[in-house]
Amino acid sequence: MTEAVKTPHIPLEKQKLLTVNGDEAVAWAAKQSLVDVVAAYPITPQTIIVEKFSEFVANGEVHTEFVPVESEHSAMSACVGAAAAGARAFTATAANGLALMWEILYIAASLRLPIVLAVANRALSAPINIHCDHSDAMGMRDAGWVQLFVENVQEAYDTTIQAFKIAEDERVLLPVAVNLDGFFLSHTLENIHILPDEAVHEFLGGYRKVPKVKVDYFDEEVPLMLNPARPLSFGPLDLYDYYFEHKMHQVEAMKRVPEVVREVNEKWYELTGRKYGDGVLVPYEVEDADVIVTVLGSTGGTVRHIVKKLRREGKKVGMVRIRMFRPFPHKELAEILKNAKVVGVMDRAISFGSYGPSFLEINTALYDYKEKPLLVNYVYGLGGRDAPPELLEKMFHELLSDAEKGFVEKKLRFLGVRE
Amino acid sequence: MTELRGYKELPIGAVPFRLSTDYKTGDWRALRPVVDNNKCVKCMLCWIFCPDMAIIWDGEQIKVNYDYCKGCGICAHECPVKAIDMVPEPSE
Repeated sequence: MTEAVKTPHIPLEKQKLLTVNGDEAVAWAAKQSLVDVVAAYPITPQTIIVEKFSEFVANGEVHTEFVPVESEHSAMSACVGAAAAGARAFTATAANGLALMWEILYIAASLRLPIVLAVANRALSAPINIHCDHSDAMGMRDAGWVQLFVENVQEAYDTTIQAFKIAEDERVLLPVAVNLDGFFLSHTLENIHILPDEAVHEFLGGYRKVPKVKVDYFDEEVPLMLNPARPLSFGPLDLYDYYFEHKMHQVEAMKRVPEVVREVNEKWYELTGRKYGDGVLVPYEVEDADVIVTVLGSTGGTVRHIVKKLRREGKKVGMVRIRMFRPFPHKELAEILKNAKVVGVMDRAISFGSYGPSFLEINTALYDYKEKPLLVNYVYGLGGRDAPPELLEKMFHELLSDAEKGFVEKKLRFLGVRE
Repeated sequence: MTELRGYKELPIGAVPFRLSTDYKTGDWRALRPVVDNNKCVKCMLCWIFCPDMAIIWDGEQIKVNYDYCKGCGICAHECPVKAIDMVPEPSE
């Protein structure tokens, strides 16, 4: 959800109105972000991003080196090489393509390469399914990437530009994945406002700036990049003597992400008049709510619609959209949820033999509180199964009845599946 | 190696803070190549084939740099006059 600022630096009338789908919005954002290298392989529902971007390349509208690789494993590998050489690198994928990137995702993060990856979320095979769920993104949650989930096409554009700013911040230097729901966002037309090119360039501070590091064999700090004049080795053997220490760098960097995401959200607000909660969480009507629902991605819009409706009927309900899933904002979310009677946690993915991924996080977040809400996990929408307003309203009524009873019979519920 | 450093003292990105020559990989070796310079015909095939550049020609004869030789045995295998023996390293 966006809030209006009185005088954004670039007022709305100076922003260009575009009618685009989510994929095109991401391509426009990448185009304006002075990306040096795009290496990608097509997969539905991401294809339009790279298709559109290759048009920009073919038309000479960007200077980007476009590498049409033979697989997603190669796409991420080429991005790693490019970013290690100091480039601003971008790619996009979904589902099985993301799964094929898996090995290199970890390498990108541990080499601290600020690559931006757009994921048009899609179910994993088998059976083969091209529609939206979050099982692809959840497969990379431990890879060391920052993960942001957007609610609409405007946010997909905004967040893709923000992602470069966040990734390249010296406090962060981690790759960022921008998740947009396949088809619901990737293929749905929306009117969005985009900035003039120069405003995006200025926001990002021009081309990518490479940070410096200190090594023993040079007297001065040297750029953290593949540079024949000041050579460094990327990713050589690292045994039990130093591997653990290097993992601690990633732990520490992740800790600094929330403050940077908040700052960037605030700067974007001043520039454009748009912001998304505090950048990390987007709460709505939570102050006195007995029942709060948490959600990721485009379903947030439908949930908000139901919250509005039920509020008009006098029901004390609210919602929080989790915009940043990695690092997970445990403390901040717990502070919002702690006074509710029941929290419904919506997951568009399941860890077989366990619960939905955000349910596990929220249990962890609330464990240390003496007074805490009852928790229910709703797994919904797998393989693009629709989550219409009536279904979500039914969920809220179930939760309100749980709140009244004061206990929860079934912790894990499957919403919208036939028995 | 000197004292091990903590993570706060290390450069990010897991880039090595010292040169690769500072890592003496010779202690991985189980078998040690020993050159019999009486048999050696100085054909330099061992020098060509050594994957670790651990064969040294000092201008007169072949020597092995045991700081980096990992004992793979390629030199002994390639030697046309069987002048290199692979001898077990003493176990500690």
